[in-house]
Amino acid sequence: MIITKQKDIEEIYDMIKPYSKILVAGCDGCCQPPRSINEAKVLAQMLELKARSEGKELKWKAITVLRQCDDRIAATTLRPFIEEYDAIVSLACGLGVGMLNRIIPTILTFPAQNSMFGGVENNSENYFAEYCETCGECLLGVTGGICPMAGCAKNLSNGPCGGQVEGKCEVGGYIHDCAWVKIWERLKKFNRLDLFTNYRPPRNYRIWSSPRFIHIYESSSNIEEKKKEENV
Amino acid sequence: MPKRPAYSNLVKVIRDGKFVITGELEPEKDYDIGHVLHSAEEMKKTGKIIAANVTDGPQGDAYTCSMVPCYLVQEKVGLEAIWQMTVRDRNRIALFGDILGGAILGLKNLLALTGDHTALGDHQRARPVYDLDSTQLIDLVSKMVDDGTDLEGNEIRGGRPQLNVGCAANPNSNPREPEILKVGRKVEVGADFIQTQTSFDVDDAKEFLKELERFNTPVLLGLFPIKNYGIAWYFNENIPGVSVPKEFLTALKKAEKDNKGNKQAKYDAIDKVNLEFYVPFIKEIKKTTKAAGIHCMAVHYERLFQPLLKDL
Ligand code: SF4
Ligand code: SF4
Repeated sequence: MIITKQKDIEEIYDMIKPYSKILVAGCDGCCQPPRSINEAKVLAQMLELKARSEGKELKWKAITVLRQCDDRIAATTLRPFIEEYDAIVSLACGLGVGMLNRIIPTILTFPAQNSMFGGVENNSENYFAEYCETCGECLLGVTGGICPMAGCAKNLSNGPCGGQVEGKCEVGGYIHDCAWVKIWERLKKFNRLDLFTNYRPPRNYRIWSSPRFIHIYESSSNIEEKKKEENV
Repeated sequence: MPKRPAYSNLVKVIRDGKFVITGELEPEKDYDIGHVLHSAEEMKKTGKIIAANVTDGPQGDAYTCSMVPCYLVQEKVGLEAIWQMTVRDRNRIALFGDILGGAILGLKNLLALTGDHTALGDHQRARPVYDLDSTQLIDLVSKMVDDGTDLEGNEIRGGRPQLNVGCAANPNSNPREPEILKVGRKVEVGADFIQTQTSFDVDDAKEFLKELERFNTPVLLGLFPIKNYGIAWYFNENIPGVSVPKEFLTALKKAEKDNKGNKQAKYDAIDKVNLEFYVPFIKEIKKTTKAAGIHCMAVHYERLFQPLLKDL
């Protein structure tokens, strides 16, 4: 899921200041914490109050979309309303905001959220944590399932650096686990220190460079076979 | 891997079996690096310190680069430099370019480091690079020096740069095993020598050195003589994972207190504390371990060099 943090109301208000009719769109997709219809309403009301305090009228409607990052779903949901509004405020992550801007070319969509990372939800300890940076060349098979990109502050492939203290990372005040100590512990537990000691050569950042784009059929697992079939 | 030739004097002397001493120089946010050159001169005068590390933005601070002071220390002072290079600020293209440039300037030792994270320094909003890690940096140096190519196998024109490369090891790391295994990985990709972070515990240092013996690579043990109580206190409070022994701290404090108002007497007393702690420490390391030498990190504490090293 994409972990987001709502922007300051001042910042959101500044973005929509030039407009008097706004559509506030929540997202029921994976964005966490939830940013659905209720959150959309609350935000719209806050913006209205803010406008009023400046002596302005703000007309709004709050709705929610099943998944803003899906073009068909987003377009079908929003199309009936957009005529009446002169801007959209999206509570989705950056993917949703980007998608609305693409499929609704007539008005601008503004972000109400800062998208923080793709993360997991740990309910028992009340936190969201980043487990993967979508690097395109997954190393979890050699690291005992712990990601050295998301988990190590220095993205090391051959850690640990010398900065860990009692298994805690030098970055962030020695609170977070050092990913490489965790990797070592886990591989040791499974008697796979061979994986730990192996040298991992420099990574390929070419595949990690934006903009990234994959043809839908290309992302399927049997691409090699498909290619072969085409060649035949 | 087969041993690479000794390109630097440091590696030559180590391979000759002499117990070597290296020092440490720290350019800061300086346009005038006179203090670095002065310190290098004092090291040279000892006749014992045969090379000095020049740091590369320690603690993640934006400081004067390492390469130019390295060059000046060699050119103006005639002391060999150990060029510290972190992977924090440069990607593989910049690292490659700098290494070639430094080699053209005659630098012979490179110490490959990860570098303290930008989040610890004075530009915390900077983008950390870490395109390569320190092991991969050693791999890069090996390719340049041994194969005469960059990481992609493209040939360097006009010959191969001639450098020896070192790596760091931290005796204070806890747990220690991943640290040791990591050092092994670095030796495997081409580290010629190892310099350790500071140790204050002779037994622990001996144990660490023993564990490193299996890599059959010379190790210089890091020691940190401390020139005033303030630094010792700061170090103790702010550098996690390392503690200055209590007796050492108290002795420094007492030396300052007892000699308030008399600068020379205070200096003498502080030096005495350091000498009483480090002279036997170094002797013990030299006598009982296979350490190739000592890396003495007494930055700006030049007056201690002579008395500390005279019997070595
Ligand atoms: S290595 Fe880490 S960042 Fe890369 S794909 Fe695997 S989990 Fe994601
Ligand atoms: S302490 Fe561990 S997690 Fe933190 S930067 Fe170093 S290797 Fe990475």
